[in-house]
Amino acid sequence: MSYLLTTIVFLPLAAAVICAMLPKDLAGAAKWVAATVMAFDVTLVGWLLATFDVRGGVQAVVDIPWVPQIAIRYHLGADGISLAMLALSALLGLIAVVASWKMDKSPGTYFVMLMLLQVGMNGVFVALDLVLFYVFWELVLVPMYFLIAMWGGERRSYASLKFFLYTLAGSVFMLVGIIALYLYSGPNNTFDIAELVRASAGGAFNGIQGWLFLAFFLGFAVKVPIWPLHTWLPDAHVEAPTAASVLLAGVLLKMGTYGFIRIALPILPVAAKAWAPWIAALAVISIVYGASVAFAQTDVKKLIAYSSVSHMGFVMLGIASGTAAGLDGAVAVMVSHGLVTGLLFLMVGMVYERTHTRQIAELSGLSSQVPAIGGILAFASFASLGLPGLSGFVGEFLSLLGSWQSTLVPHWMTVVAAVGVMLAAAYMLWMVQRVVLGEASEAVSRISDITAREVAYVLPLIGLTVLVGVYWNSLLRFVDPAVQGIVTILARVV
Amino acid sequence: MTWFASHPLGVLLVPLVVAAMLGAFGRWLRPAAPWIALLGPAAALVTGAGALMAGESRVVVGSVPWIAVGDRVLAVGYRVDSLSALMLVVLGVVASCVVVFSVGYMRGERGWSRYFALISLFCASMAGLVIASGLVELFIGWELVGVCSFLLIGFWYDKPAAADAARKAFLTTRVGDAGLLLAMALIWTKTGSMSIDGLGRAAATLPPAVVTAAALLLFLGAAGKSAQFPLHIWLPDAMEGPTPVSALIHAATMVAAGVYLVARTWPLFAASPVAQGVVLVVGVFTALAAATAALAQTDIKRVLAYSTISQLGFMFAALGAGNWRAAIFHLVTHAAFKALLFLAAGSVIHGAGTQDLRQMGGLVRRMPATAVAWMAGGLALAGVPPLAGFFSKDAVIAAVMHRSPLAAWTLILASLLTAMYVARSTQLAFFGDSRDVYAAHESPLSMTLPLGVLAGLACALGFTATALLGALGATGGESISAAIVVPAVLAAFTGLATGWFVWAREPGAENAFPSWLERAWGAARNGYGFDAAVVRATVQPLMTLATLTYAFTDRIVIDGTAEGVSKGAGGIAEWLRELQNGDVHWYGAMTAAGVVVLLTVVVWLTRGA
Repeated sequence: MSYLLTTIVFLPLAAAVICAMLPKDLAGAAKWVAATVMAFDVTLVGWLLATFDVRGGVQAVVDIPWVPQIAIRYHLGADGISLAMLALSALLGLIAVVASWKMDKSPGTYFVMLMLLQVGMNGVFVALDLVLFYVFWELVLVPMYFLIAMWGGERRSYASLKFFLYTLAGSVFMLVGIIALYLYSGPNNTFDIAELVRASAGGAFNGIQGWLFLAFFLGFAVKVPIWPLHTWLPDAHVEAPTAASVLLAGVLLKMGTYGFIRIALPILPVAAKAWAPWIAALAVISIVYGASVAFAQTDVKKLIAYSSVSHMGFVMLGIASGTAAGLDGAVAVMVSHGLVTGLLFLMVGMVYERTHTRQIAELSGLSSQVPAIGGILAFASFASLGLPGLSGFVGEFLSLLGSWQSTLVPHWMTVVAAVGVMLAAAYMLWMVQRVVLGEASEAVSRISDITAREVAYVLPLIGLTVLVGVYWNSLLRFVDPAVQGIVTILARVV
Repeated sequence: MTWFASHPLGVLLVPLVVAAMLGAFGRWLRPAAPWIALLGPAAALVTGAGALMAGESRVVVGSVPWIAVGDRVLAVGYRVDSLSALMLVVLGVVASCVVVFSVGYMRGERGWSRYFALISLFCASMAGLVIASGLVELFIGWELVGVCSFLLIGFWYDKPAAADAARKAFLTTRVGDAGLLLAMALIWTKTGSMSIDGLGRAAATLPPAVVTAAALLLFLGAAGKSAQFPLHIWLPDAMEGPTPVSALIHAATMVAAGVYLVARTWPLFAASPVAQGVVLVVGVFTALAAATAALAQTDIKRVLAYSTISQLGFMFAALGAGNWRAAIFHLVTHAAFKALLFLAAGSVIHGAGTQDLRQMGGLVRRMPATAVAWMAGGLALAGVPPLAGFFSKDAVIAAVMHRSPLAAWTLILASLLTAMYVARSTQLAFFGDSRDVYAAHESPLSMTLPLGVLAGLACALGFTATALLGALGATGGESISAAIVVPAVLAAFTGLATGWFVWAREPGAENAFPSWLERAWGAARNGYGFDAAVVRATVQPLMTLATLTYAFTDRIVIDGTAEGVSKGAGGIAEWLRELQNGDVHWYGAMTAAGVVVLLTVVVWLTRGA
């Protein structure tokens, strides 16, 4: 059992090694290697989900010394929140591979990058040692940089550099925070998250929580991204190839909010509560600002990118609330945004492959020419705008409930966030009206509808969007018990 | 029937399965589609009727814990009492009539199976809204009927006006939905529950200010869905959808959901005189203003749309006066006669090929059955005894008279105008000389049959008043006093006579009005320009804000700052490049030095801790 998480995390590394060693004339086999390994990876995650005891705390633990001289441990484990994110990461990883099936520009290297990225993404969500967490965190950065810089669109070098510098700048602060936690963690200095939580409860970080929180905040906020640190996101999204966009929006953004939930809140609860009104304010600004800017977009992909800024605002609002409902909502939005935005990017990718444009003005009438593509795009849009019965509603609803319930978040902020829900409907429906409805435009008039392979990789996302939206507990039964632990820690401090 | 009544989830599942079947296999089920689509309304009808027959005391409730949130459990379930049962019957009857009517009306349409699938999906959503036992389930149904409305208004999606109207309807009602969301957050925070049953206790124990806030937020949601001022602007445009859809969704059921919501959450309103006052004022104002707008319309469907807004205003007036049973009574009779009017209008459009009253005339000779049906509905709407509208409208006015005579007299004035626009549109469409409709023909049996059923109801429903109000738990039949009946009936006949004779002489009679009246007439025809003003006040500023935030804040301020910083760093980079001499040892030393510096900074920053 204890090898399970290690296998899940490092299996893609094996795929990366194999892909890297493939001779040039066999590079076409790389996708088969990646797909096989990822299918196996998803199966293992499914096994973990099936055998997981939702009330059993952290499970599948492996905890051995790594660099004993300075107490760095190889410590992996999953609670309900980790598991939800790990499942999202593995599933979207597999889908990204299948969606890249026609990649013909150095496919060998491409799949090496995709698989390396997967190691980092999987690892971040199950690492329970801060150094290990940091290693996985940084590991994500490099392959994503290359995916954008080598397989991206016209402005790829600007976008990839911007992505790299922003995230790197954030990481430096986080590294400082990690080292400082270590230094102040008491006589037995430690990087272990659980021990740091205990040390914190014992008063180890009293008086400096504010500074430490600031360091982690900067690291995580760039990744989420929180306004005004968000401008790398639309550029990166627009230039990235479809699969990278899916993983960027679906998984990478969640690393930031996951960091808040796993590290910042439990280890630095005093500062988290003191900062909560400000984080909530930035969250609400992100919600409304992202939605407002989304209106001005002429490129579908950029519109979705800005909608992500808005949706991630709901995650931060739930986190700031510090309530069970808010944190449940935050994780639910994280999962749902991964599913729905992943689906949106895949659909836009399909349209782009066929029409070679993402300009809203050039796309019109998808549903009269390609009813399946148009229909699924409309479905994803409704899920994204928070239609009850689909996954998007669950998290936004709980996040609003939690923030209203919270004594840390002023009521008027919740009211503004509710207005954001309205704006989401407005820009999404306006997009649907221009792109899906109407008469087929010239670019659209001769394209063909969805293929069997494309159906295969969007179907799981559609299914899960409906499942989570109808049966909330399918997700929340994993999440809520883990959230309660954090709420308890927050409740202990004033 | 009792079995159905005690297993109410069928009202949800049957139409849902039908919708899925028609959605997936519509291509092969084409001829059978409407008959399969009748199953959903049938389930609603049987369940609702069964529950009503079982009597008022029998409430079927079922509930399961849905999610645990911390130490609170959110439960979802269903609740079928006389109020929800009555709504199910309304849904079942109107939806059945609409489905049968559509067989003729939608014949040969592209998207035939999609149409019936959407109608079924609507039935499932509306039934879900009606039998919800908590606010969350209610909200889910509430939003889903909104989506069905969006998809059905935009049924002819390649028509830009239809797509515009669909979006406007969804967005305007969503303004109200934000209120509903906040109401839920408030109630959840204060009581830890979303159950509708729990609202009574909440109203009794919570501070009055909280109760009022919750009630007003709920009313915001209701006003959006039920097209009350100032959120009424979407309903006239929604007429872009197929006419049977207008009958079902935008006359009888979905738009009445706001009235149902207030009745369902009545304990909160009962405990808040302020909220009741707001509801009363909004209802009365909407009833009067929309009636004047209806009078000036030239499109037969827009007459009915404004009429619906006005009649919903009557219902809210009754709610605001504290008598939710009178409101529901009017909801039921209105569902019958307004669905009838819409379907009759659909028959006219089908037979005459135009929606413009100015082009019609003399249709009574070419479409006698439709004409009779229309007049039955029109007279019921006008409040002519002994048709259905007479009883329910008088019940509303009587209720309001208890609270505020001024409001009641305003409603009587609105009734006069109602009768006037009924007479005007009847005169213009069915009497006088045929103007542009020489090829008009009577509609087929599939369309006239539902007209007959609804016409029967529009005539007879009034006599069920005692039974109906009794089923809703009214104690002691409120006798209708002459002080209400006499002025109301007088108003109806005055209005009918005026409307009839003014437009009998000359179909364009309004063109001969004195100039002040003509100006007012033009304003009323445009809904007083309110719609355009709202669009101007929201859409353009929003787009300006969007462009400003994007082009200025995002690109110039934020990115400009970031790029400025990096350019500044570029100078340092020049110097740093000198250091990049390719010596690995040098790099190693630099890295080590960097970490040392960083750590020193950390220790210094956190000193004294």
